[in-house]
Amino acid sequence: MHIVSAHDVSVELGGLPVLRGINLSLGRGEAVALLGGNGSGKSTLVRSLLGLIPAQRGSIELFGTSLSSFSQWSKVGYVPQRSTGGLSGAKVKEVVASGRLAHRRPFLPASAADRRAVSDALAAVGLSDRAGSEMTHLSGGQQQRVLVARALASTPELLVLDEPTAGVDLEHQQLLAAVLSQLLRSGTSVLVVLHEVGALAGLVNRAVVLREGRVVHDGALSEVVTGHPHHGHEIDEPAHRLGFLNGTVER
Amino acid sequence: MIEMLNYPFMQRALIAAVLTGLIAPAIGIYIVQRRLSLLGDGLGHVAIAGVGLALMTGSAPIPVAVVVSVLGAVLVEILRQRGKATGDVGLAILFYGGLAGGVLMSGIAGAGAGALSQYLFGSLTTVTGGDLALIAVLAVVVLVPTLGLAPQLFAVCSDEEFARVLGLKVRLYNVMVVVLAAITVTLAMRTVGLLLVSALMVVPVAAAQNLVRGFYATLICAMVVGVAVSVGGAAGSFYANTAPGALIVVLAIGVFMLSAAFSVLLARRRTVAPVLPELITDDTIEAPHVAAEEHPHTHVAGCGHPAVQHGDHTDFIHQGHRHAPHADHYDEH
Repeated sequence: MHIVSAHDVSVELGGLPVLRGINLSLGRGEAVALLGGNGSGKSTLVRSLLGLIPAQRGSIELFGTSLSSFSQWSKVGYVPQRSTGGLSGAKVKEVVASGRLAHRRPFLPASAADRRAVSDALAAVGLSDRAGSEMTHLSGGQQQRVLVARALASTPELLVLDEPTAGVDLEHQQLLAAVLSQLLRSGTSVLVVLHEVGALAGLVNRAVVLREGRVVHDGALSEVVTGHPHHGHEIDEPAHRLGFLNGTVER
Repeated sequence: MIEMLNYPFMQRALIAAVLTGLIAPAIGIYIVQRRLSLLGDGLGHVAIAGVGLALMTGSAPIPVAVVVSVLGAVLVEILRQRGKATGDVGLAILFYGGLAGGVLMSGIAGAGAGALSQYLFGSLTTVTGGDLALIAVLAVVVLVPTLGLAPQLFAVCSDEEFARVLGLKVRLYNVMVVVLAAITVTLAMRTVGLLLVSALMVVPVAAAQNLVRGFYATLICAMVVGVAVSVGGAAGSFYANTAPGALIVVLAIGVFMLSAAFSVLLARRRTVAPVLPELITDDTIEAPHVAAEEHPHTHVAGCGHPAVQHGDHTDFIHQGHRHAPHADHYDEH
């Protein structure tokens, strides 16, 4: 059984086709990087896989269940692109605790297991000492880690991250890589949207590259990365570096 | 104070004030979080149509106003969810239509616009025993979900997309918030009045945000502020013989201004922490060659990043670390 399985998925936004016949699968314990330039459809794809955007065509299954009847959301962790506007006045601990809600019942207080999951998630991203801080008092990299911890609080079997390294310095990227490799070892599947592979290169099993809403590569990461003496595995600018994938070059 | 309590109408008014002060901020915090601070004001206008309808048909104002403003709230939320209310024009038509309709209907009822005044700005003497019972029931209806479902409502109002991936029924919760806001608005029309009720939903929350940290602490603090200003305003207006709504809101804004001054003082204390001087005097450290992360910005004198002399060159302080220009990139110093 695949953890994520998308077959022939097409999505239109505002009448314009953004995804055209996407096929994608993700197995247990697998780490797949979703790469592509700006506007290639990476975020739209993960958002449609999670049911946040309706797909006009095709079928999506999570954990072997069709998305429309899927209800085991406690198995899914989601780290959206960093936007913490609505969370500004909240404490770090409160934000992370909200990630546990799929396990909780309305009107009942948090159980000991819930509280433990929240403190474990904070410890995993190295922010236990900032639990009582307000979100607005954290740096951008720290806020990003809070959003990762919020997804981890649900102890997910599938973790979906949308550009978690955007605007995050190398040190914090390496910290995220360490957290993710720990999860992968425990059998969690990871689907991560990246603009540049950066510090996460070492843990990605497979790279799926999108261009203009189509999958143009699905295979080893090494096949898409062009060597560069100073940057190793990094893909700084897929639109420039992945020459054969670049629409503007072909035209 | 004691003399005031001898009047049964004043006892009822004070109980109504306590209930209003409790529930208006309890629902207001979610409205503020969703950046819909003026929603309460709009719903107040819709409720005026309900009062007008009640006057015209000779029925009790509160139940009719509750029904009309709840219907208005659901309509507003449906428009919003379908993305049709983005231009605010639809909302404006609904709100001003409510006001105009209310004045028109009360005119037809022969009561004139003046009859509406007690509902617009509150009126202590008009709270009947029956009203109070209804207000108490509605207060429970609002308080149980706003407190009992606080974690869920917090998640939905702070990050709607994330809440959907939690499997929460986001649409249902959003409708619940506006419906509870509509109930609150009508419930508060005897104490604060329909035109000023929105202030009691928003201002105590804003004051609490200045005073305490975190969502739950803000919720509790806002309710305390709400009760204090409502009781203070109701009691004060008894002696000053004014409409209670005005005094309640003036008191709330007074508390907000004090809280703002308090938070400025607090922030000033925090920023005195000596971070930069240590960096500036420290120019003896070995500088290993560590290239900075991808760096589209070019540091020059006066670029906004503080410049610091470091031995024979200049470092720029960039998000808490130091960048030194080196060939075509920056080194971490």
